[in-house]
Amino acid sequence: MEILLPFMIGTLFSVSVYFILHRHLFKLILGLILFGLATNLFLFVVGGITRGSIAIIGEQDKVPVEPYADPVPQALLLTAIVIGFGIQAFAIVLIRRVYQTFKSNNMDDFNNAEKI
Amino acid sequence: MSQDFLLVLPLLLPLYGALMCLLFWQLVKWQAVFAGLTHVSWLLIASLLLLETINKGVLSTQVGNWPAPFGITLVSDIFSSLMLLASAFIGFAVYLFSLRGLDRTRMKFGYFPLMLILQMGVSGTCLTGDIFNLYVWFEVMLICCFALISLGGKKMQLEGALKYVTINFLASGLLLTGVGVLYSLFGTLSLAHLAQLARQPDHPNLSLLTIASMFFLTGFGIKSAIFPLFFWLPASYHTPPVAVSAFIAGLITKVGMYTLIRLYTLVFVSNLDFILPLLLVLSGFTMVIGVVGAAAQTDFRKILSFHIISQIGYMLMGLAIYTPLAIAGSVFFILHNILVKTNLFLVSGVVGQRYHTFALKNLGGVYARQPMLALLFLLSALSLAGLPPFSGFWGKFMLASAGFSAGNNLIVATSLFVSLITLLSMTKIWNEVFLKKKPVYDTPEVETTEEDIIRNKFLYLPAFFLLALILFIGFYAQPLIELAQRAATQLLHSEIYIDSVMNKGNK
Repeated sequence: MEILLPFMIGTLFSVSVYFILHRHLFKLILGLILFGLATNLFLFVVGGITRGSIAIIGEQDKVPVEPYADPVPQALLLTAIVIGFGIQAFAIVLIRRVYQTFKSNNMDDFNNAEKI
Repeated sequence: MSQDFLLVLPLLLPLYGALMCLLFWQLVKWQAVFAGLTHVSWLLIASLLLLETINKGVLSTQVGNWPAPFGITLVSDIFSSLMLLASAFIGFAVYLFSLRGLDRTRMKFGYFPLMLILQMGVSGTCLTGDIFNLYVWFEVMLICCFALISLGGKKMQLEGALKYVTINFLASGLLLTGVGVLYSLFGTLSLAHLAQLARQPDHPNLSLLTIASMFFLTGFGIKSAIFPLFFWLPASYHTPPVAVSAFIAGLITKVGMYTLIRLYTLVFVSNLDFILPLLLVLSGFTMVIGVVGAAAQTDFRKILSFHIISQIGYMLMGLAIYTPLAIAGSVFFILHNILVKTNLFLVSGVVGQRYHTFALKNLGGVYARQPMLALLFLLSALSLAGLPPFSGFWGKFMLASAGFSAGNNLIVATSLFVSLITLLSMTKIWNEVFLKKKPVYDTPEVETTEEDIIRNKFLYLPAFFLLALILFIGFYAQPLIELAQRAATQLLHSEIYIDSVMNKGNK
């Protein structure tokens, strides 16, 4: 299982970069979402996957019972998911606005500001 | 005031200011009042913090009283408090500018609270002592930048925002990946603890530290527009109104540089033989590509945007030379550049407000009509180009002399050559906007009412305020140079930083 996940993360990263480089606006949304997912998954796997109990210390123990999963990457992951969710929501609204304003979903039409 | 409280206040003040603004969502006037109060008190707090840091050395506090390295650490050394003070100054100047220089619709849709939260993100990034919090504060900053750049929803702005959002999202992902790698290598997130572990020569994962550092170099490299990751900057910075772009252009890329300097002096200190030459090459390319790009532009703000990139190269050069004098030069240069770049954008804003265009070919004759404005631009531009005795000269002088004594003659030659081309670009703006006769074009002259004239006069105020600061650090550079040198000493002797954070609870 653990050996499978890195390959999955790599696939997710490459697919997301391909989508972001695509000129279609909707593919950009998909790319951003997949990129966020890939980083989150990476954070999860790189912290080390432990199949064991939770890191909650029992009433009579001083330290949690081994093996337990490291809670820090999970905490980071939760924060990162929330932040990523916010940014993705903003990006989707922005992209919708761009689509409404320019009446086009081809990225090649969005280089007018460059020509100033 | 207690030390701990003083460290938390730069975060709380803008937050509460923004909350007050949100409570008065419909009443823009009150929002302006609260934002003004926050900016003034923030300026005071930032100066207090700097004074305290100068007197007592590195300050640190543990929010929630968990001992380091587990708690949320806030640290302030001279470099970070100088950054805070500079951002407070330009925040105040941009606030003054926005009172008359920004349309009411944008104010109604949350300009003031967004600016305050952006300020909070900046102070968080500068004060945090934890690598994951660094990422979070950067996100706070970025989401405000996203909203501010697209605020108003003009076609150009949306275009710029689309590029800005996409590339910065990628950069944030890379940063997060770097945080993950760093945690898996050392099992800690506190900067001070990481610094301790990275200095243990027998740590098993030490050789892998360079991989983590490359994630951060790419991530922050995108955010601070280092070659070859700079294309988003000139594509987006000229699109929002000046009250937004002046602040973002003046500060955000420099905060990226601040974090790079912080991380590469504190944590990523192994394998410097590989990293420093890489940084040196990048800095040279960044400088050159910035000025060359600027030479091809014909828009006031686009020229200035390209110059941001070339100036980033100088800051990176100081880091790449890595001697105390060079780092001090970088610190000085960052502070000088924050003030000067914001001021140039504000001047461009005054011109834009009056003539409703930023295109060089449609502008002209400003010198004859507004000689004061021309003077403002001239002094700031000469300062940017680094002519003695203005502030840019001192920064470049420190960097160049550090480069010579370290034997990096090629990069010094490049930087001096780039300075010359900067001067050329500034001369181009001077000729086109200020000196040449105003071209006769078909659209009728915009009527100027009595109120407009008063309004335009008011816009001079923030520019004069910043110019006074620039001239001050130019003509009386000694105190700031000394401070920059002390900041560099603190940066290079990380044991002061580590000691302040790790041994706080034991005292």
